[in-house]
Formats: sequence, structure tokens, C-alpha cells
Amino acid sequence: MASTELSAGLGTPITPSTGQPGIQPGRARDAAARTGVALGRLFAALRSNRKASAGAILLAFVVILAAVPGLIAHDPPRAEIYGRSLGPSSAHLFGTTVYGQDIFSQFIWGARETLIIAVVSGVLSTTLSVIMGVAAAYLGGVADSGLNLVTDTLLVIPSFPLLLIIAAYLPNSGVAVLIAILVITGYSYGARQLRAQALSLRRRDYLEAARVRGERTAYIIAVEIIPNMTPLIVASFLGIAVYNVLFSAGLQFIGFGNPNSVSWGTMLYWAQNNEALAIGQYLWALMPGLGIAILGAAFALLNYAFDEIGNPALRPVRRLRVKRAR
Amino acid sequence: MRYALRRLAFFLGTLWACLTLNFLLPRLMPGNPALALIAKFHGRISAQALKPLEIAFGVNTHESLIHQYFSYLGNMATGHLGTSLSQLPTPVSQIISNALPWTLGLVGVTTILAFLLGTGIGIVGAWRRGSWLDNILPPVFVITSAIPFFWIGMLLIVAFSLHGPHLPSSGTFDNTMIPAFNWPFIVNLVQHALLPATAILITSIGLWILTMRNNMVTVLSEDYVKMARAKGLPGRRIMFDYAARNAILPNLSGLAMSLGFVLGGSVLVEYVFNYPGMGFWLVQAVEGEDYPLMQALFLLITLAVLLAVLLADVLNALFDPRTRTAG
Amino acid sequence: MSSALADGIGQTAGTSDPILQVSDVSVDYATKSGSVRAVDGVSFDLGRGEFVGIVGESGCGKSTLLFAIAQLLSPPAGLTSGNVVFKGVSMVGMTDSQLTAIRWKNLSVVMQSAMNALNPVKSIASQYKDAMRAHGVRSKTEISDRSAHVLKMVGIDAEHLRSYPHQLSGGMRQRAMIAMALLFTPDLVIMDEPTSALDVVAQRSLMVQIKELQAELGFSIIFVTHDMSLVRHFSDRIMVMCAGQVAELGGTSRVFGTPRHPYTAGLMDAFPSIKGQRVFLTGIPGQPPNLAAKPDGCLFAPRCPKVMPACGTTSPPLYQVDGVDVRCLLYADGSAP
Repeated sequence: MASTELSAGLGTPITPSTGQPGIQPGRARDAAARTGVALGRLFAALRSNRKASAGAILLAFVVILAAVPGLIAHDPPRAEIYGRSLGPSSAHLFGTTVYGQDIFSQFIWGARETLIIAVVSGVLSTTLSVIMGVAAAYLGGVADSGLNLVTDTLLVIPSFPLLLIIAAYLPNSGVAVLIAILVITGYSYGARQLRAQALSLRRRDYLEAARVRGERTAYIIAVEIIPNMTPLIVASFLGIAVYNVLFSAGLQFIGFGNPNSVSWGTMLYWAQNNEALAIGQYLWALMPGLGIAILGAAFALLNYAFDEIGNPALRPVRRLRVKRAR
Repeated sequence: MRYALRRLAFFLGTLWACLTLNFLLPRLMPGNPALALIAKFHGRISAQALKPLEIAFGVNTHESLIHQYFSYLGNMATGHLGTSLSQLPTPVSQIISNALPWTLGLVGVTTILAFLLGTGIGIVGAWRRGSWLDNILPPVFVITSAIPFFWIGMLLIVAFSLHGPHLPSSGTFDNTMIPAFNWPFIVNLVQHALLPATAILITSIGLWILTMRNNMVTVLSEDYVKMARAKGLPGRRIMFDYAARNAILPNLSGLAMSLGFVLGGSVLVEYVFNYPGMGFWLVQAVEGEDYPLMQALFLLITLAVLLAVLLADVLNALFDPRTRTAG
Repeated sequence: MSSALADGIGQTAGTSDPILQVSDVSVDYATKSGSVRAVDGVSFDLGRGEFVGIVGESGCGKSTLLFAIAQLLSPPAGLTSGNVVFKGVSMVGMTDSQLTAIRWKNLSVVMQSAMNALNPVKSIASQYKDAMRAHGVRSKTEISDRSAHVLKMVGIDAEHLRSYPHQLSGGMRQRAMIAMALLFTPDLVIMDEPTSALDVVAQRSLMVQIKELQAELGFSIIFVTHDMSLVRHFSDRIMVMCAGQVAELGGTSRVFGTPRHPYTAGLMDAFPSIKGQRVFLTGIPGQPPNLAAKPDGCLFAPRCPKVMPACGTTSPPLYQVDGVDVRCLLYADGSAP
């Protein structure tokens, strides 16, 4: 018990001011509550920001498509039962592919996998960023330099070419591998920013107090530091989400992931392979691209709105109507 | 000076990391893809072309890993990049030397153009705070920078190639023309480059505009800008000499990083437009499991970004007196 | 020291025409929920060679007033009423080019932190050159001579002209900024807390230097600070601001000798004297009023130790008591309680 160590070291018993150190359910709950409050404040601020609203609407659109595709599109997306290369009509809103699949239902069903890839890789990337960033900030010294070197190197190496060659060694692998390589190549930017913030937070006085109380480092990190980094963590997620949407689509476009699944990226792959543009089936190529653009734009708008909230100087400025009373 | 040495060390370190990555990756991947590859090409290429492959991938050798590593490094350093497996029997270095000028031309020129235009628009937008220009800049360009490069390319093809002015959408110049330094050929070159360049420009300019504008807005609220106004300096001088000069500094390091992003995106633009630059060949190599070509291109692209990082550092030292004296 | 003006009367002062006349100036900030008045109907005159100190809590509007006078406000702030007459000409009606002509030549500015007020990527020399070239001085020798001269006036060696701001110490930077303000020996120098970023010793030596320069060159000074004890020894008149309004305005010795407004008394009590008896440190309780939702009546009433029932409903005007202007209902019938 830490209190015994303290008393042994200093001669007189010292009781930590808030009871026993270590994880207490009350303190953990308090930290969770603080994170919740931070998130709540964020959402309130976002609601009044026009860009955030626009981004949220776009995101909601994609989420709805992903959640209940069956309600919107009634044809099975993969069934090759329709006429081939049909143009848009009331039966097939976007036409059909060269294999006789309904493009409209592919578009609606494709939202799901694309969104899942973006969100899952975003969450994992951000988690990795948090771990790497905070660990580097906290361990300091050689560990910090080592971790930084890895992060900085990955930061400089251009991501898409790196993604390509890693994917090249793993052909015919599925979505899981796609997500894994996106996470590995994408975490570095967020890790850098989070490390910087963790470093500045680490030196604050209330953390010194926690240390003197005998709290364990892991506890301090989890309960004191991370809730205070909530805004930056959310911002990192939004930033990395844009990157993930674009690059996962890019990789699927070239044939990675699982080409037989239905997602916007794989639709593009088949469209390109069958020269959709040349044969006049524009919508086959353009609609999934539009979907990706919408999802990317949604995250980008939310991300930018975030920047504006954090830096009020960037917000749209109103011209003062100075009424001069002469 | 010490700062310069540190950056140089970082540069070399990253280069070494890439080389090592290239060396280790095929060995680390499950199922030893190199073995499958060698088996596939056995008999189709000469033994002397096979040897460096085996060295590079550690197949059929009894040499230790360390030995292989140093042979590999030696080969890289002396320019023995191997033979392309998808374009037998062309050596990799030849493919690269053919592709490099196209990418430099397309991506290089377009990036510089995007940077100059974007920075300029960002400066003016921030200076005219509250005007219609400043209010549409963020939303419009936030959206354009999130659009996939290749989709813009496709849109442009539909709009301007399959319809409209029927601009060419494939290749670098018509097969019917003979490359020569005359006007018709140059026009043809530009025609072919127009659509891919526009695609890259549209998607990458947003980044420059937004970061420059944001930096300018922050800088414009600084006291030294107010002081410049108090001194009665002309507006243009304040905008450039006081605001922009300070606003661009954080951008310079971001410049190098964004180059990596643009290089990545241009890979797909070249692919969509069949523009035989390094990005196009990278995709070909990856699809054709042409490991030697793939690795060489990856190294070269990374080298380009590293050079950009170094250049950005030099520019930073030139323009920011604070880094110079920090040592 | 212009002690002749030390006991100057209220708004008008001195023997010659005032160099600056501020009349009923109000400044508003545009916010999402309407306008917020940061400066409310401030008036005062400034004589030649006079040193006026403006004091008050943070957020009382003193810096805003200063920049309003210098016509340096930027959106969302704007001058909504009142006039500023400088050397007989109204500045508010001036065009940009007319303003540019007087900027720096007749009216210059010194800010709080030279590290922030000097362009970090330009040398001191080139920042001096900027100002001079903007006003038609072209000859290189004239520029370098003048630059070296003003630096010498503040006790800095001319070789530091080549330095960048970050290479100078805090005190040197501040003095370099003051030297820059004197390039054209202006008639008026307005200073926004120029000593706040310095340690106590550097503060005093800078103040002494400012006073010496004023005596030598004869310019007027408006000096904004939150540190009353600082201006006490250097200013001719003092203006105390509270929530955007003038609370008290008069000769320094009169205001310090007998603070009439309870706010002034509170401010002075917050700065105990090193000499003399030990007293309990009392501050001013409470917070400054929310300017977006001003209470009725006197803005200081919620925190005033001498508050009366009338204070909650009546907004006090400025009363003249013993040559000092006071905005307090205590003096409504013209006499001190």
C-alpha cells in the first residue's frame, strides 16, 4: 500500500488527502463523467456551427443508408439477374452493370461496408495514436525518442505508396487486413499532436498533486489526462476518418480488400475494370464516387468546424453595423 | 548548424528505414510471397536476372540474413535495381527514367501551381475578412479537399473528354505524333496533361488555401499587425511583409508533408488517365506482382518527399530568423 | 516635470489649447446576441506635454478606449458615437489617407509586449525603416542616422539595429519599441501597459526614461495601466474607468490624496504601500458587470461598500467636486458626505 511506503520514507505517517490511492470506482466514474461533459459541450458548440450541421447531415445520410439499406433499395445488390448494361430507368434508377446487377441497390447497400471501414479504422487509428502519443509523452527519455522516431518516419513516408506495397504483398486478403494497414500508416499524425498535448498537460500542478498522493502512473493517465484530451482526440478521429475514407476507396479501387463484397470502393473497381465510362455507363462509376465524396466531405466539414470552435478567430466574422449617432 | 546536421541525420535515417522496410517486408509477410514469385518466373528470365532477385528476397540462398542485407544495400546504392518482372526484360532503372519526367512534369508543375495559387488566394481571402470571398472559401474548399482524386478525374473525363471539347483522356501524347520540339507537339502534350493536371489541382489547392487563410487570420490578430497599421504603413506592405511572411512559416513544413499526400493521390490520377508516370507504373507493378519495380518506385517516391522535407527546412531557416539562431 | 499641470482641473487642463479632445466616445462590439457597449460616453481633454494615466480593472474598457482614440479598432469593434479631435481636426471624419499622414508623425503607439508588437521576422532597423519610408523619408543616411539616434535616446547601442526582436532582452525590446514611437517626435504617444511585461526594477527604470524623454521632447502621453501605484508618481492627471465609463477624473495628487469614488478607493486599497502602517489587504469584491446584460442604475452598485437605495435605479452622471469629476450619487448634492 502506498501510504505505508510514504510513512516509511518520511518518518511520519501521511494520509493521502482523498483516501486511499489507486483505482476507486468513484474516481473512475468521475473521470468518465468529465469526459461526458466535455463531449456534451463539444456537441452543443457544434450544433450552432453551420459547417458542422452540414457535415452532420451528410454523415446522417450515409448512416441511414448503411443502417437500413433494405428499406430503400428493394433489389438484391449482387444478383446478376437483370439485363446487362441497361441505362437508367424507373425499374433501375441508375441502370445495371455489365454483369446485370442493379446499380442503385449496389449504391445503397455499398454504404454499409464503406462506412464500417472508415469508422472502424478511424477508431483503431485514434486509439493507437492515443496510446503511442501518451506513452511517448509519459515514458520520456529513450522510449520517447524511440517512439518518436518510428512515428516521425511513418509520418514522412508517403502513405498511399506505402499502403500499396504492403497490400501488394498480401493479395486476396480481406477487409480486416485493409483496416489493419490503414491503421498502421495513418496513426502517426494524431500521435504527434496527442503527444504534444499530453506533454503540456503532464506538467500541470494537479498532476503533481496526484503523483505526490501516490497515484500510479497508469491511473493518472487514464483518469486525469485522457479526459482532458477529449477534444483533441475527437478532432484526431475526424481528421483520420477523412484520410481513411479516401485511401480505403483508393485501395479497393485497385482491387484490394474483398472485390466480391459490395462497397463503394469495390463498385469503382468493377466499373473501372469494365471501362464503364467508355461504354457509357457513367453512373456505375460516378455514383459510388459521389458516395465516397459525401462521406469524406462529411468528416472534413466536421473536422473544420472543430478547428473553428477551438480557434474562435477562424469563425465567420460579422461586419459591425456601427450606427453613428452624430 | 547543429540543427542542419540533425535534419540530415533524420533524412538519412528515414531513407535507411525505407530500404530496410523494403528488405524486410517480403520476408515478414505470411506465405513468403517472394518464394511464389520466384517460382512463377523461374525459367522465364535468365539466371543472371534471377540472381539479384534471389538476393533481394532471400530465396535459394544460403547466405545469412545480414549478408543478404548488405548485398541488397550494395545493389541499391550502385543503381542495380533489378529487372522488371512485368515488363521483361526491361531493367527497372530504364522504366523509372522514362516515367520520372512525366511525373515531374505533371505532378511537380501542378503542385507548385496549386501551392502558389492556393497560398495567394488564402492570403487575399484572409485580408478581406468578412467579404463574400472569405465566407465561401472554407466550405467550398473543405469539400473539394475531401473528394477522391480519381473521382474528380472520372468526372472530368465524362464532362470534357467524352463530351464537350473532347480533350484526350489517356496517355501523354498521340501515338501518331513523333516527339519533337515543335509547337504542334507541345500543344498536344499540354492537351493530354490538361485533364489530369486539373484533377490534381482541384483536389490539392483546397489544402493550401485553407491553411494559408487560417494562418493569416491568426497572424492578422497579432499585435505587430496592429502596430503596422498604427505606423501608417500601406495596406499591401502590411499584408505581405508583416502578415504573409509570418503566416507562411508554419506552412513550409506542412508543404513537405502535403507533397506526400499529393504524390499519393496523383498515383490514382495517373492510373485513371493512363499517364505513364511513376504512380501509374507503381499501380501496374503492384497489380502485376512486379516486386523489383514496385520497391524501386516506392523508394524513389519516398526520396522525393524526403528531399521536399529538407527543402522545407532550408526555406524555414532562410525565412525565419528565429530558427537560425536557435542553432 | 510639468508640475504646473499637476493640480489641473477635471476635464480641461493647462494653459494652451488641448492637443486632444475626446468627446462622448462610445465603442460597441458586435456579438451574436446584439451590441455590447465596451466604452460608454468617455470625455476628456489632453494638454501639450501632459501625462494622463488611465487605470481600472481588466475589462473596464481602457485599452479599447485607447485604440478607439488612435482609430485602430477592427471588427467586430467599432466607434458608435462621439468625436476625437486631434490638434483641432476631427479624426473620426478623416479618410484613410488623411489618417495615414498623421499616423506616427503626430500620433504613435506603444504596446504591452514588444515581443508581440514587433515583427519577429524583420530586424529592428528594417522596422524603423518601414515607418520612415511610409512617410516619405527616402534617404538611406537619414534613415540610419535617425534610427541610431532614437536608439541612443533610450540607451541602446546602435549595433542592435541589425538584431531581430527575439535576440534582445525584454527590457531592451520594450525600449526599442518606445524609440520607434519617437522616430518623428510626435505630439502624442499613447501607451497600452508598456511596463506590464517587465519586472519591477525594469518597470521603474523604463518609467523614469519615459518621463525624461517627455521632458526633453515635449510630447503628451496617455498611459493605460492596471497598476495604480505606478502612475501615481509619474502622471499629471488620472482617469479611473469602470465598466466602460469614467468613474473619476482629476489631478493625480487630488485623486490619490482623497479618492472620492468608492471604486477608486477600492483600487488603491488593493495596492498597499511598502512604507507606513500594515493594513489589511482589501480588494473589490465581486466581478465586473456583464456588459451584455447591464444592470440598471450605477454599474458599480453591486460591489460598492457605500451603496444606497437610489444607486440601483439611477445612473449617476459626472459630478464636479473640488476640481475632480466623480460619477457617484454620493456627491449628488455637490458636497462630499
